Amino acid sequence: MSVEADVLSNPPLIPPRITMADVTADVLRPIEKPGKLWYLGMSISLAALLFGVWAVAMQQIHGVGVWGLRNPVMWAFDITNFVFWIGIGHAGTLISAILFLLRQRWRTSINRSAEAMTIFAVMTAGLFPLIHLGRTWYAYWLIPYPNERLLWVNFRSPLLWDVFAVSTYLTISLCFWYQGLVPDLASVRDRTTSKLKKLIFGIFSLGWTGSARDWNHYEKAYLLLAALSTPLVLSVHSIVSFDFAVSLLPGWHTTIFPPYFVAGAIFSGFAMAMTLLVVLRRVFRLEEYIGIYHLEMMNKIILVTSWMVGYAYMTEAFTAWYSENPYERFTFWNRAFGPFAWAYWIMVTCNFFIPQLFWFQRARRHILTMFIVSIFVNIGMWFERFTIIVTSLHRDFLPASWDTYAPTIYEIGMTVGSFGFFMTFFFLFARFLPSLSLAEVKGVLVNPSGKKAHQPAEAVHG
Amino acid sequence: MAKAVTGAVVGIFDDPQTLLKAGKAARERGFKNLDAYMPYFVHGINEALGLKRSWVPWATLLAGVTGGSLGFLFQAWTSAVDWPLNVGGKPFVSWPAFIPITFETTVLFAGVTTLLALFAACRLPQRNPKILDSRVTDDHFALVVPITGTGAEEERFLKDAGALDVKKV
Repeated sequence: MSVEADVLSNPPLIPPRITMADVTADVLRPIEKPGKLWYLGMSISLAALLFGVWAVAMQQIHGVGVWGLRNPVMWAFDITNFVFWIGIGHAGTLISAILFLLRQRWRTSINRSAEAMTIFAVMTAGLFPLIHLGRTWYAYWLIPYPNERLLWVNFRSPLLWDVFAVSTYLTISLCFWYQGLVPDLASVRDRTTSKLKKLIFGIFSLGWTGSARDWNHYEKAYLLLAALSTPLVLSVHSIVSFDFAVSLLPGWHTTIFPPYFVAGAIFSGFAMAMTLLVVLRRVFRLEEYIGIYHLEMMNKIILVTSWMVGYAYMTEAFTAWYSENPYERFTFWNRAFGPFAWAYWIMVTCNFFIPQLFWFQRARRHILTMFIVSIFVNIGMWFERFTIIVTSLHRDFLPASWDTYAPTIYEIGMTVGSFGFFMTFFFLFARFLPSLSLAEVKGVLVNPSGKKAHQPAEAVHG
Repeated sequence: MAKAVTGAVVGIFDDPQTLLKAGKAARERGFKNLDAYMPYFVHGINEALGLKRSWVPWATLLAGVTGGSLGFLFQAWTSAVDWPLNVGGKPFVSWPAFIPITFETTVLFAGVTTLLALFAACRLPQRNPKILDSRVTDDHFALVVPITGTGAEEERFLKDAGALDVKKV
């Protein structure tokens, strides 16, 4: 489809009166002068973080016993949080890389904050396997290095694949994000009047000048990183699902897990991105850049992925029945009607029933509705991981080894703290870095110089 | 024989379309080694200025192949040569189990190298970058025409092409 046809069939992504100078000024305003709401949000996040620091400190001092985990439920909140946060990250990569490759131009307004979300979510997720080790100071044993024990790590273990997948994912996401930031940091450098900011942004923009030769390389590198991130993001959550699927436990040992986990990750990540963007656009007055159209597109993706997740729930039920495997059947029955049925039905309601609201355009375009739905999806997706982990573990093959499980204050503290950790980084990002990609948003403006009233859109990004 | 370049004339534009037209016209006039400065990537600038394809993808390919091979060989070497350990009765080089990490090292090497190659191609980081005009990272564009003589011809050309501002550097 030619660019002209695209422009004719869709309304402009950004109101036509906005010029390049407006973009720079509006997006950089929070950097130059934060509002009161920013301080409020930052304080709440720091308080949550402090709660988490206390909970983890107690666990490190006294051992994992404080979590109340005992046979057979040896994984609970920690691994739930790990899978949850890794999943959150996936939507950021989907927005920044996959939508870029698919030439979806509406991504330009949201990709910077979505990528930031990815990085902070993966950082948060990465804490949990480390905390879960119990003796976190031995975490370096996970790295294959020549050591005095003369042993190598077990490369056949999905838990080790995780180490490689998550650290690669974090590194590549950082590279992709930083590359996008360089031209924008140069914009801040050339605009600010403060000497200190000029120095700091001067260092981090590396001396970017905006030469066409540099842009030529830049575009190619950006395309390559997008192309590398796309299979990477699919591999990461597939590998996370192998942690479960490669074991023999009923309810975990299924081939559906990799696609099921990837779809769930994108679903939960889009919901989290929605939660954050609704707040971000309001607090920093970016309503014209992150418009209703952008949010509606995201809601459509939430609806599609909600069906993928719902389909996976149905497939699980069908497979359990059709397999004629008594353990598989029991595990499914126990999930839906056993002691943890409440968690299962929270999951189904939040992830499958509530998002059906997005069939209606009024709901897709209504800010408060989408905000509330996104919160429900966040809760539902957290409970999905909890259900998968705890219900499979607490009743396995032998009734003699069954037990129940209840969380402790330390586990709850750690979970609340993870939200604090994530939000603290997100608030710092929104305060100190351009939260929209200046260079990419300028590329989708209808009337960049603000001079011509009836100029058809130029050839632009995507 | 090409005459020695003695400097350059810079034209400042405020519209990407005018920049593209000016770039194309400058190339048709026979001006060599043109460059442009832009706040974002304006599609068509490569063709307008006659820029060559970027070499960055070659670096990515090379690094990807290296990363994948090293990742696989390292797993095979530790599992079969350095300390052969029987895990669940599987062969020492049980290659399907090595694929996930091979894939990850491929992407890791290729991705990091892409970014480093980009920096090398753009000669970053620079200590004292030559910023032509602080507006080119905001809402203006610059076309740089190297001059071989007095530069009067180039200046006139840029003014005719619609530059708001023309200066010698």
